Amino acid sequence: MQFGLSEEQILLQDNVKRFLNDNASLDHVRKYAEGGNDADIWAGLSELGVAALLIPEEHGGIGMTPLDAAIVAECLGNNVAPGPFLGSAVMAPTALIASGGDHGEMLAQLAAGTHRVGIAFGEAIKRRNDAGIQVSNGVMNGTSLFAFDALADSYLVADQNKHLYLVSAGDTGLTRTLLTTVDKTRQTVELNYKDVTATCISTDVSVFEATLDIGRVILAADTLGASQDMLDQAVDYAKQREQFNRPIASFQAVKHMCAEMAASLEPCRSMVWFAAHALADLPNEARATACHTKAHLSEVGKAIAKTSTEVHGGMGFTDLVGLHYWFKRIGANRQWLGAPEHVRHEAAILQGLVA
Amino acid sequence: MDLSFGSEYDEFRVEVQNFIANNAHKAPKGNDLRGDTAKDWQKLLIENGYTARTIPKEFGGFGAEPNILKSRIIAEEFSNARVNTGLGGQGISMLVPTLLEMGTQEQKEQFIRPTIHGEMIWCQGYSEPGAGSDLASLTTSAVLEGDEWVVNGQKIWTSTAHIADWIFCLVRTEPDAPKHKGISFLLFDMKTPGIEIRPLVDMTGAANFNETFYTDVRVPKHQIVGERGQGWQVANAILGHERETLAPANTAQTRINALIELMKTDTADGERLIDNPVYRDRLMKIQGQVMAMRFNELRVLSARLNPGQDAGLSRMITKLEGTELRHELEGLAIDVMGEIGLAYEDNPHLRNTGSWQREYMYYLGLIIGGGTSQIQKNIISERGLDMPREPKIEKSR
Repeated sequence: MQFGLSEEQILLQDNVKRFLNDNASLDHVRKYAEGGNDADIWAGLSELGVAALLIPEEHGGIGMTPLDAAIVAECLGNNVAPGPFLGSAVMAPTALIASGGDHGEMLAQLAAGTHRVGIAFGEAIKRRNDAGIQVSNGVMNGTSLFAFDALADSYLVADQNKHLYLVSAGDTGLTRTLLTTVDKTRQTVELNYKDVTATCISTDVSVFEATLDIGRVILAADTLGASQDMLDQAVDYAKQREQFNRPIASFQAVKHMCAEMAASLEPCRSMVWFAAHALADLPNEARATACHTKAHLSEVGKAIAKTSTEVHGGMGFTDLVGLHYWFKRIGANRQWLGAPEHVRHEAAILQGLVA
Repeated sequence: MDLSFGSEYDEFRVEVQNFIANNAHKAPKGNDLRGDTAKDWQKLLIENGYTARTIPKEFGGFGAEPNILKSRIIAEEFSNARVNTGLGGQGISMLVPTLLEMGTQEQKEQFIRPTIHGEMIWCQGYSEPGAGSDLASLTTSAVLEGDEWVVNGQKIWTSTAHIADWIFCLVRTEPDAPKHKGISFLLFDMKTPGIEIRPLVDMTGAANFNETFYTDVRVPKHQIVGERGQGWQVANAILGHERETLAPANTAQTRINALIELMKTDTADGERLIDNPVYRDRLMKIQGQVMAMRFNELRVLSARLNPGQDAGLSRMITKLEGTELRHELEGLAIDVMGEIGLAYEDNPHLRNTGSWQREYMYYLGLIIGGGTSQIQKNIISERGLDMPREPKIEKSR
């Protein structure tokens, strides 16, 4: 019995961390947030194999597990790194593989990092005002909100029946508009479809569910990484900052805030590991665990985002320190693919507690 | 990542299950430490290696090699079957491991066998009115006169003192040494003249605690564990272990399942409690927290099995998180029941024998006992996050 990361997984973690520290430091993130491009970061990550993680070897991938993807997501969250990892490296490959269709060519391009697939699932999770799509006879009309990855070459769109379609970003009927959100580390878009060609990927609801589940676990892993970094930054800051002739880290009021962050976050790491492992190996537990993991990490992350900012005092509120990028990243992860109350409701349904 | 225990363990699990199926009817139902049923059951468990498993045969135990997974399987199966796991108490859980680690051969021979067989019940004399979180400032003294220690002072929170045969007690023997180096660990008979016991009723209504008073209590010189002045190390050899086991996630899981059953059966205005979306969301929130603690425990277990594995802070946080979570969980059950949640003791409308109120209060006790939540946060921040200690205040008059 071994509940933890293997040597290979620790190596993967180290490699991704090293790359991100060199290529996705806060300075890089700022440049991206102020209108830069994530193509370099994604090319570099793709060279490390990050884009190919979940894609089988026969399609040019390296055939690794959801746990490996969660490890990478944690690293990305740590650095609040931009990039299309969630859609292009995780959700799209999962859907294409699970569909059982012949998508070898696209999978190979995804593995190489030369094609990006964005995700527009809002409709199938909970349709909000201003959104709504219809598909008939392979033609899509309507609007998707907050699709992620603004630079995607195509989009995987779920309709209300939880059927999955692929549309090309180059389709003349597709208009793509940047949507400003608080989180500037990843861009989202509004997609307007006017008679857009929609290729059906799967009408099997379980394909949508598998794609959604892994997306939720990966968002939770991203929050884990971002929260860990906010905790680390708070502890470092408290040790340096002196008031009343002593480091504020020596005040119990401050220490206890940090201890509370650490105590709530530590079980989250085990939870993300288990949830990712369950996706591949424990099908009976996977779905409810994914919901709980998404919800729990959202709650713990939110508390840490607040507490870490408070430990930094006024500096935490400034743009100068940049802590707000982590705060907002955690906030975005919370809303995407089902906010906490929503996924907890799903967890109850999955256990048969409510119809 | 490998969550299987392996095939030899599957066989062992079946063995345990068979034992429980064939013998569970002999297990005691209540909590009577003195009853013959409890002692007979304890003997049967030891003979089969389901308790006192790794205690050497020469001291009355089963004498198995330590095996974390087998111990885990035993705990899981007994817990799933809700069958008594044998005698507990501070003698078995605290003193026996301490003696095994720090006791002399004579002490091991004299005390371990009767203790694990329930023939010798112990209480723990640690806390004092003036020494709670700052335990090392304790002032109960022991002065050597000839071949005897003479003990004077007062202890508090002395669980089971009223039924205990013996006490293991921290006393100050070196008044001039720094506070952590002046303490010794003594063992003595509770029938020794000079001991007075007063029950201390707690908020649940139970009187498990006592205040105990010591006036010129004479203790044979050799009844010391470790050397003079080493008592702090002796006591701390196993304190950390106690903290980890105060609120196991397994039990939290059992409790949340019981709460789900309750919410599926009990109604308000004819509507099942589980159908109320507000209650249900609170339930799901806590279920997620219990889940996280279960996986945290898996990580702790795995790190014990694989010494190279980094366990992070997973062990250090279990007391704080586990006890706070149980208090929340029990409190939720009370909330969803409305005024029925108030029922207690002999109330005919009790749910689950009134355990929700009892455990709700009991876990508040555990949030405080065994190192308060605030002390846990000091430990986590100072030892886990390497934050500096609070500067000491000079003692003023």
